[in-house]
Amino acid sequence: MYDVVIIGAGVSGSAIARELSRYRGKFCVLEKEEDVCCGTSKANSGIVHAGYDARPGSLMAKLNVEGNRRMKALSEELDFPFRQTGSYVVCMDKESRPKLEELFERGQKNGVEDLQILSYEEAVREEGNLSKDMDSVLYAPTAGIVCPFGLNIALAENAHTNGVEFRFDTEVLEIARQERGFVIKTSNGDYETRYVVNAAGVYADVFHNMVSADKIHITPRKGEYLLLDKSAAGQVSHTIFSLPGKYGKGILITPTAHGNLLAGPTATDIPDKEGTNTTAEGLASIFEKAGISVQSLSLRNVITSFAGLRAHEDGHEFIIKELEDAPGFIDCAGIESPGLTSAPAIGVMVAGMLQEKLNLVDNPGFEPRRKGILNPALLTMEERNRLIKGQPAYGNIICRCEMISEGEILDAIHRPLGAKSLDGVKRRTRAGMGRCQSGFCSPRVMEILHRELGIPMEELTKSGANSRMITGGRKEAAR
Amino acid sequence: MRQYDIVIIGAGPAGLAAAVAAFDDGARRILILERDREPGGILNQCIHNGFGLHTFKEELTGPEYADRFIKQVRERGIECRLNTMVMDIGVDSGRDANATREPSARPMKYVTAMSRADGMYQVAARTVILAMGCRERPRGALNIPGYRPAGIYSAGTAQRLVNMQGYLPGRRVVILGSGDIGLIMARRMTLEGAKVLVVAELMPYSGGLKRNIVQCLDDYGISLKLSHTVVDISGKERVESVTLAQVDENRRPIAGTEETYECDTLLLSVGLLPENELSAGLGVELSPVTSGPIVNESLETNVGGVFACGNVLHVHDLVDFVSEEAALAGKNAAAYVKRMEAAEGDAKEAEIEIEIKPLSGVRYTVPSHVRLARMQPEQVVRFRVGDVYKNCFIRAYLNGRQIASKKRPVMAPGEMEQLKLKKEQLLECVEPGTSSYCLEIRVEEK
Repeated sequence: MYDVVIIGAGVSGSAIARELSRYRGKFCVLEKEEDVCCGTSKANSGIVHAGYDARPGSLMAKLNVEGNRRMKALSEELDFPFRQTGSYVVCMDKESRPKLEELFERGQKNGVEDLQILSYEEAVREEGNLSKDMDSVLYAPTAGIVCPFGLNIALAENAHTNGVEFRFDTEVLEIARQERGFVIKTSNGDYETRYVVNAAGVYADVFHNMVSADKIHITPRKGEYLLLDKSAAGQVSHTIFSLPGKYGKGILITPTAHGNLLAGPTATDIPDKEGTNTTAEGLASIFEKAGISVQSLSLRNVITSFAGLRAHEDGHEFIIKELEDAPGFIDCAGIESPGLTSAPAIGVMVAGMLQEKLNLVDNPGFEPRRKGILNPALLTMEERNRLIKGQPAYGNIICRCEMISEGEILDAIHRPLGAKSLDGVKRRTRAGMGRCQSGFCSPRVMEILHRELGIPMEELTKSGANSRMITGGRKEAAR
Repeated sequence: MRQYDIVIIGAGPAGLAAAVAAFDDGARRILILERDREPGGILNQCIHNGFGLHTFKEELTGPEYADRFIKQVRERGIECRLNTMVMDIGVDSGRDANATREPSARPMKYVTAMSRADGMYQVAARTVILAMGCRERPRGALNIPGYRPAGIYSAGTAQRLVNMQGYLPGRRVVILGSGDIGLIMARRMTLEGAKVLVVAELMPYSGGLKRNIVQCLDDYGISLKLSHTVVDISGKERVESVTLAQVDENRRPIAGTEETYECDTLLLSVGLLPENELSAGLGVELSPVTSGPIVNESLETNVGGVFACGNVLHVHDLVDFVSEEAALAGKNAAAYVKRMEAAEGDAKEAEIEIEIKPLSGVRYTVPSHVRLARMQPEQVVRFRVGDVYKNCFIRAYLNGRQIASKKRPVMAPGEMEQLKLKKEQLLECVEPGTSSYCLEIRVEEK
């Protein structure tokens, strides 16, 4: 019998697991995919929002601002890439100025610090490529950029190190109430638990509706993105939003935590909870809209495009509470933007609820710190040579674009909740995330995974399940 | 810090040929740095034949062709460090390479490299020859919509998996792009028992060599659909189908022409990009057309003593021309070293400079400018055209005077062209008192 089972190893589930691991108890995270960070958490803008968007008084507003405040310390504690670069909301015409001022006021009410409205002249000093046609800018110095994989993986690893179990390839099929708590039927056996946390992203409505008569409805809202080569990154140094329209924040242009440039997202409501395909129309609309706020923006060096699904609940609010008609079942639903920013605060909030309900006591062995995968590029030549002397794999570059060594890949595979697939390696190390998009390193990473984990080459996957990389041996090799 | 006269980045066909030629012209302190575990570069995975017809007058496989040059490098005792990645190339303009009267004219270069065995280290180089080759354009560069499942490979990656690692990446294959590697892989996958359903090409003409269309597609009954592209990829885990559509003259898909192919693999052969991150870091000026360095008659970049050759300079179709071009870079690097040793100045010798201007149909030229004093009696100018031309002429004009003309029955973007310029003819057009000229190269119908 578990004390708590969390459904979903995305950033919310992992943040809750990490905060919960401060307490003693039997906790488990169930994840249908083969790894953490496989759904909404992996395909988003990677923005740490300042918090002027959400309606004052809403949970979204509160958790956004609190998550933002927690992010820096958390990034130091858990060693993931985060930079407080600041954001600009660009107002293109005088008529829209009241909307910008409204955002400013909302931000003030929400407790966002240091917000300022800047004129073009003031703004362009810090951001040289802003469109000359603009009217004014809302500058939020507290906004930033985070590596979404880095954050999610760090939280999960730390939770695991502190005793939380993770079950991958485990899809929840049914949730039944029993005398004390619940039985969760999965594709991988049954789990009995006193409390359930529903952090299932776009599937949160499915699980909620299994136990509650008070139905909720989550719409997958697709956002498509273009990711540009690092050589394009110098074009902007802040996150540049356009004043929000009907569908969220419109097209944003931002540097990423790793020095690429990202443009997107679109916003299209779709029925398919797995519909992460990009579309011709979506990509075209990014090309069309991206240049509005930034002049002569070049989108020539696109290295990949992708789509993610926001878990949009009809009320456009985070639903984080214990269900009245299903005590013991805690929703963490409707976590769309600013969900990534809010994750640290969501973790604290839900873990706090559980601590109270279950009377959890402190985990004396809790280790708050986690060391990420070493980035040898930050070492001096002397330090690097000492490293290579001890572990020669750090001298062997596998990914030429991102200059990722075999040592980093071995670390990614062998650390807690290590990588088992190419995408797993990619999200942890960036091998394959560069301008050649894994053309060079994928055969090499496949060999390393095969050697280290003993997975037959034919069984190696891009991202678990049936995403096998090869279909067999060559004719003569098979003989 | 070890010092070298010539450090060559890459032991592929370009690097090897450059090393041999530099050695044969008297250079001795030569170092080749290669990231792979053996020399030969991309040739090692090109196990088909057709290499070396120009150079050796016989048909060799890729590894055989490479082996001829590897032997020559070994016979000469040229140092080649394998499993070594070059991390950075820097130039120290403050420090002088040979302490002559002109301190910054020939600055020293510093190459930072790394390997398992030797860790990270720097070597100093009087000259550097860039011979890093090229990489394949990925799917992202084309903005192909759809899912991102397993089973999407660039053709070269698939070639490596099949030919070097012994694995078959898929069984039912659609190929986008009719670049040479894509055509070669259509045949290769077929021979390995896979079914290649179709090769689609965005342009109204093939991107590869005619002989590869015949030998790799026609001979196996694989159809080539010109003016077609991929408009959708489905399959959430592994590729399940690929949808093609015909495109209009602006390369936009025409609604209603979609055709869906059930397959498990999509190979991309949609262009090669010279791999110039190191060059850019060094301050080498790159051409927006080729993505390779802009070079003079000596294949020297804007950074003095830094030469470029092979696919890092511009993408070639035939390795024979890579070897020829690389040998010229090697010779010129050796000559540069000799001039340094003789403490010869550069300024006085290179007074007359001729810029080569690609016009009407010619997309670029290598070299892009010629210093008359440094020019060989005959200068090969290589280039590509932007469209298909039949029964047209390639002509060069200097000061309004036609100095070269060559009739070509067919020219296509997929095949590199060349024109030879004679030094004596250029000299005839030069007038006293004028030091800069513009030489036009153009495609003409009559």
